[in-house]
Amino acid sequence: MRYRQAIALLSLAGLFVALYLWLYKIGMIGSLTCGTGGCEVVQTSRYAVFLGLPVALHGVLGYGVLLGVSLAGLQPRWLGRRGPTLVLAALATLGMLFTAYLNYLAVFRIHAVCRWCVASAAIITAIWVISLTAVRRH
Amino acid sequence: MKRFYVVLGLAALAGGAWLTYQARRPPAAGPGGAAVPLPATDGFPGYIMGSDSAPVEVVEYADFECPACAQFAAVQMPTVREQLIATGRVRWRFRDFPLPNHSFARYAAHAAQCAGEQGRFWDMHDQLFANHSWAQTGRDPSRLFRDMARTVGLDLDRYDGCMESARYAGRIEASKQEGDARGVSGTPTFFINGRQLTTRSWGSDVFKGVVDSITRRGR
Repeated sequence: MRYRQAIALLSLAGLFVALYLWLYKIGMIGSLTCGTGGCEVVQTSRYAVFLGLPVALHGVLGYGVLLGVSLAGLQPRWLGRRGPTLVLAALATLGMLFTAYLNYLAVFRIHAVCRWCVASAAIITAIWVISLTAVRRH
Repeated sequence: MKRFYVVLGLAALAGGAWLTYQARRPPAAGPGGAAVPLPATDGFPGYIMGSDSAPVEVVEYADFECPACAQFAAVQMPTVREQLIATGRVRWRFRDFPLPNHSFARYAAHAAQCAGEQGRFWDMHDQLFANHSWAQTGRDPSRLFRDMARTVGLDLDRYDGCMESARYAGRIEASKQEGDARGVSGTPTFFINGRQLTTRSWGSDVFKGVVDSITRRGR
């Protein structure tokens, strides 16, 4: 239960980070609080769109699904089952791979580091570690 | 369990409040809805890409806020650049034609002109079209444009000064009036060696066909 609670809280944090970047991308937030300027470079680069959707929107959807599954897994009928743990681990692994790809692009192709992207990477890494730990222990 | 939901709810509230604050932070000086300026008389012919000796000149009248212009710039223009401009067959001239129903079209055109002042017009042109979501929100894009200016490597102090002065507003209006006089009614509109391209299909293959035809006749 603790693992799913931790994943839910981290997913919520990740959801807000992704929402922030997405709202900037669609013009609803005028400028990013970034400090380095790297966030704007990353967000306005051609890599900021993946499969026709802003990368940040993928983040919103991904964290939203993680949050939904972790909350569902906390419901009494799912609490003792292993299914939600496995789904969370699979989703977190996908998220980790996608995040690794994005960070590769940021560093080696765009040559800019966005602090918010790094924050998101830290969050998904934590979720991934927790979800794998949960799989081993459940 | 109850404590967990309280913590989750508080975190959601805090995150929502933070996002709302970020979205409502006061924007830079409003760029939309400015009065139409007097046309400049500096005779600026538009930004040109390609060889002076190219046998064909294409003049494009475009509006940075227009989705069709953005689509053309993103989908067709790379091929046109590669196959027709880079090979010396076509000289491309860009003219501003901000449509009256587009709130930020003149402001975007001005941002591109300010980039042109620093030799980066085409880079800014590409940024404005490639990141076109600003044109769909109706929100003040001034900060986003400034971020684009940073991305293309502009001196931001000079960019800010240029945008504040609005010194190219008259040039944009002159370009618009030139388009009006040539019968431009929508964007993008193209003239190839002075003749308007009447088809509404602007594929790179259409340009290539017309250029091939002109080149053959010129031989």
